[in-house]
Amino acid sequence: MSAYLKQDEPDNVNRLDHMRQGVLGTDASRIEGLLKVTGTAPYAAEYQLDDCLEGVLVTATISKGEVTAIDADSVLSMPGVVAVIDDPSLTARAAQGTAGEAPAQPAREVGYFGQPIALVVAESFEQARDASKHLKVSYRADDDVAFDPEAVEAEPQDGATSQGDLAHAMKEAPFSVDVTYTTEGHSSAAMEPHAAIAQWDGDTLTVYASLQMLNYNISELADSLGLDEDKLRLVSRYVGGGFGSKLGVSEETVAASVAAMELGRPVRVAMLRQQVLQCIMRRSETRQRFRLAAGEDGKLTGFGHEARVSNLPGESFAEPVLQSSHFLYAGENRELSMEVARIHRMTAGSVRAPGEAVGMPALECAMDVLAEKCGLDPVELRLRNIPDRHPANGTPFSSHKLAECLKQGAEAFGWDSGPRSPRHTREGEWWVGTGMASAARVHNVGEAKARVTLKADGTALVETDMTDIGTGTYTILAQTVGEMLGLPVAKVLVELGDTHHPRGPGSGGSWGAASICSAAYLACLALRETLAKRADVAEEKLELKDGAVVGGASLIDLLDGRDLAEEGHYEPGDIADDFTASGFGAFFARVRVNRFTGETRVEHMTGAFGFGRVLNTKTARSQCLGGMTWSIGAALTEAMLFDPVDGHLANCDLAEYHVPVNRDVPDLDVVFVEERDGAASPIQAKGIGELGMCGGAGAIANAIYNACGARVFEFPMTPDKVLAAMPD
Amino acid sequence: MSSENTVSINGQPHALPDDPRVSLLDMLRHHLGLTGTKKGCDHGQCGACTVLVNGVRINSCLTLAVMHDGDEVTTIEGLGTAENPSALQRAFVERDAYQCGYCTPGQICSATAMLDEIAAGWPSDASDSLDGPMEVSTEEIRERMSGNICRCGAYANIVDAIRDVAGEPA
Repeated sequence: MSAYLKQDEPDNVNRLDHMRQGVLGTDASRIEGLLKVTGTAPYAAEYQLDDCLEGVLVTATISKGEVTAIDADSVLSMPGVVAVIDDPSLTARAAQGTAGEAPAQPAREVGYFGQPIALVVAESFEQARDASKHLKVSYRADDDVAFDPEAVEAEPQDGATSQGDLAHAMKEAPFSVDVTYTTEGHSSAAMEPHAAIAQWDGDTLTVYASLQMLNYNISELADSLGLDEDKLRLVSRYVGGGFGSKLGVSEETVAASVAAMELGRPVRVAMLRQQVLQCIMRRSETRQRFRLAAGEDGKLTGFGHEARVSNLPGESFAEPVLQSSHFLYAGENRELSMEVARIHRMTAGSVRAPGEAVGMPALECAMDVLAEKCGLDPVELRLRNIPDRHPANGTPFSSHKLAECLKQGAEAFGWDSGPRSPRHTREGEWWVGTGMASAARVHNVGEAKARVTLKADGTALVETDMTDIGTGTYTILAQTVGEMLGLPVAKVLVELGDTHHPRGPGSGGSWGAASICSAAYLACLALRETLAKRADVAEEKLELKDGAVVGGASLIDLLDGRDLAEEGHYEPGDIADDFTASGFGAFFARVRVNRFTGETRVEHMTGAFGFGRVLNTKTARSQCLGGMTWSIGAALTEAMLFDPVDGHLANCDLAEYHVPVNRDVPDLDVVFVEERDGAASPIQAKGIGELGMCGGAGAIANAIYNACGARVFEFPMTPDKVLAAMPD
Repeated sequence: MSSENTVSINGQPHALPDDPRVSLLDMLRHHLGLTGTKKGCDHGQCGACTVLVNGVRINSCLTLAVMHDGDEVTTIEGLGTAENPSALQRAFVERDAYQCGYCTPGQICSATAMLDEIAAGWPSDASDSLDGPMEVSTEEIRERMSGNICRCGAYANIVDAIRDVAGEPA
């Protein structure tokens, strides 16, 4: 068994189900948990380096133009100030996820309000912060800058689908819906502000940073600095939330590096919270038109989804709003297309579940409108429209759990499938109602390497530059390796987030768990080959449990005083093209809407999800809870609000950008619809980090309508919008 | 600042910083290396920097270190260690009441003081009455913990963890 696999075929052997340790798929607590709860897990800004300087970024106060002069002398005489860094290698934007090359440079060319343009470095944070506010900057500002995505011509995007004749299908259909939804921009707003400490020893640069994908980030940073990758080491052992905002190397990491190399002392740069919101990736606002045509039986004959999103000129990313619409529902006449408006807001990029996070809720609202027109229970409408194959390109699904999720979710929630009409229940001044939505999120895997070493003392060590951004990577790797090698979790040490280790896939797009655990699985298979030879049995017959061959020698004896190491290397092959792979699910929500104020409170949510093998029931459930919590924010409160005059983000902190707080989140139930998906990965697992928010806001929106009769077509559904749409 | 001006951090006296602009949070993180207390917003909006001052929870970003001459400050490092964690710290691990872990020390400091506030009969928006003994109900916990943002969305588990501890005999 080679430790390298390019997966061209599904793996339905399910080796992990035949191992003896029984640790994978359990509710094992996080192996790094005690470090987190005692405050001893080190995040990027928390490494204690002697003689460390503090840097504070200075940001642009114009929306487009260029910096013509930076008057360093205006601050160099202030106490403690060491330098003003305005080197051409400072970056103007963060890199897009998986870019692998330097983002836009130089920072002096301004593309959006709040863009970093320089770094002030001082002996203390207070001195640097003060000086950053006094730095004199001159600009040449452009006139007539486009800020409003609706006020400019938009560019069509590749990848449109046009099949049959949707306009005709709409005309002929007994039931049709033509509705348009808008969604406002979202901020990742991870709790840990972006931060880095860079240390230059004259030859090698070590950077402690808060990044999700070190395997790409090392190339991005090296390219930004003009440095060879082998002179660079990135460390991200703990990341205080990413949600896409730390996929690509960002401005503070480059600035700290430039400063450290220029000054010959370690430099720490942490973004201020306002800077995080102003210059880190936003999720684009969207406008989405749906045209749904259905027969008497509710079966779709036509499916149209057209979307407009925005980004800065020159950015390739376009919020992939149509991603799951391509395959979720049937309908032979199809029109799916997208266009991008070029405007000067901060870069649009990945925010948790790019595409489906806003595409799915809008689609599921349109489906609710259609269900009402057809006189069908909304669950039944969806069950009738699950395609057998990808409805446009005909590829088979790797597996498909939507129907089971709809049914099991409905049962767990206590869904009433009887006739539905708004305003059926009132409690005091509150209307109470229910709604549901499907969930879908494409599944991806990426190339991944991990080294697994069986130590002579009978413990195992896993090493990769993969990150754990709160998703549970440390623990599921320990479980996977423990299962394969017959070791309890406590005997497996996992070291992550260091580019000195083999390259993992990085955390993003829900691909981390399946990819990196597959690499570790392959390394363990190779280790088992060697152990089997030593134990004189076939590898398939080798039963390992609690550090020994069952009924035979211990691992320590088989190792005979020497470590044994293998590097697993996984790559997706033909499976990526031969199958349509997705996680599926269903959301059910009960809400109350105040009849006088239009305020919505979510009372209960159930989510049922099918995403292949569940590696850890505790951490997987937490991922689902997190996604459902984000669904509440997307439905009710989260919106980036831009000034129409100069395009600046008006609500650039956590008091004004409203993420859900504890009391906004009710009891949440999670139902796992577990399966084995051999075409998803060699460990039969799919991603779960994002599925929990791919449609959930739609269930809440539909429950608002069912409660009070307000059909709102704009997310988030704040009280003003609900009240305006409420019938008399 | 003269040497007799000290603040006690987890039982150890520390001289107050010379620069009056240093927040209590930055004193902990930058001057003392007590990085368990987190900076999430620096504006009192997220709760990640919650510590106990004389037993009461505050946002350490919103107060200057020099204002704490003679005060007793307890940080997450003072509540328990990996070898000897507090009941809440154990419950957070057991219930998976975190994900990335960055808001977690603030959540635990906040919950520690919050339970004392309930025991002392302090009312909240979720209380039925301003007087009398306060319940450790789910709704009370949600309301009283709403100053501590968890972007990962671990609230449901945070409430469970706190309930586990509140339900234990004193």
